[in-house]
Amino acid sequence: MIGAITLLLVCQLIGTIIAHAAGWPIPGPVLGLVLMLIWLIIRRGPSEPMQATSQTLLRNLGLLFVPAGVGIVNELGVLRANALAVAIAIPVSTLLALGVTGALMQFLARGER
Amino acid sequence: MVHHLMPHDLYNVWIYLQSGPQLGLIITLLVWQGAVWLDRRTRHAAWSNPIMVSIAVLAAILLITHTSYHAYFRGGQYVQFLLGPATVALAVPMYANLATMRRNLIPILVALVAGSVTASVSAMMIVHWLGAPRDVVISIAPKSVTTPIAMGIAQDLGGIPSLTAVFVLMTGVFGGLVCLPLFKALRITDRRAQGLAGGTGAHGLATARLLLESETAGAFGGLAIGLNGLVTAILAPILIRFLGF
Repeated sequence: MIGAITLLLVCQLIGTIIAHAAGWPIPGPVLGLVLMLIWLIIRRGPSEPMQATSQTLLRNLGLLFVPAGVGIVNELGVLRANALAVAIAIPVSTLLALGVTGALMQFLARGER
Repeated sequence: MVHHLMPHDLYNVWIYLQSGPQLGLIITLLVWQGAVWLDRRTRHAAWSNPIMVSIAVLAAILLITHTSYHAYFRGGQYVQFLLGPATVALAVPMYANLATMRRNLIPILVALVAGSVTASVSAMMIVHWLGAPRDVVISIAPKSVTTPIAMGIAQDLGGIPSLTAVFVLMTGVFGGLVCLPLFKALRITDRRAQGLAGGTGAHGLATARLLLESETAGAFGGLAIGLNGLVTAILAPILIRFLGF
């Protein structure tokens, strides 16, 4: 488990270094994800501890969102000032994105399995 | 004598705890445990989403006790730190779906990029038209992306990461509620399309809802979460420049 966490952190670190060195506006962990995927392809699949560790992390992903979300206490003013804009933008853009992606995928992948 | 000393000692302990990370960390974990218990008791009712409940309870605690977010985050940061490795860990379910992904590569990429652009551009345009300032416009751009990636994108683009976290959460809760009725109304019956749409439009919360219906939808949702993070990280800066924000 410690080995798996170390590998995840190393991927994140290398991703962060590459993103900064190249000046790309991509978060380090996202590049780390790509590096990890390449590593898994080379290795032909995750080790058992990596499978277990990633599953544990992803199954409890919700908890990891909480501290950032509590930051809402600092943004109450901004939210209140833009309440109408946000209350319209979030549902409309979400419905559009769900509909566009779903309809396009169903159309383009018809016949394929 | 003892009666006079006790409250004073307790007060000192309170001051001591407030200055360290333990209190923020423990309260986050305790509230989360309570929220998960509530979610189970209510059989995963939409209103009892543990993320929403935890945030509401913790925010209320901070406001009532006049504790600053800064003080809370001394403990909260240890939970938040794990978002980085968790993002990297998304590669594992992505790898498991690599074969399916390869077979449907072009449809996936086209639908995903279209959905990603639709989400960012429509959200930015609407808040801009309704008079929101630039930092709000930037902060809403990655709202369909999973939180760790979305916050990173907001940070890099000059938005407000904690505001982005709130937008991402609203999107997820709304998307989780409407995805199935919407697919029914639009006659989107293909499980792969449902999953890809859920993961692209409303990240993990819609994917979790779809996973209850179908494994295939869940797998495509997981794939879309990672890919949309990647696509939005690359496209959002370009879109923002293109739209002139």
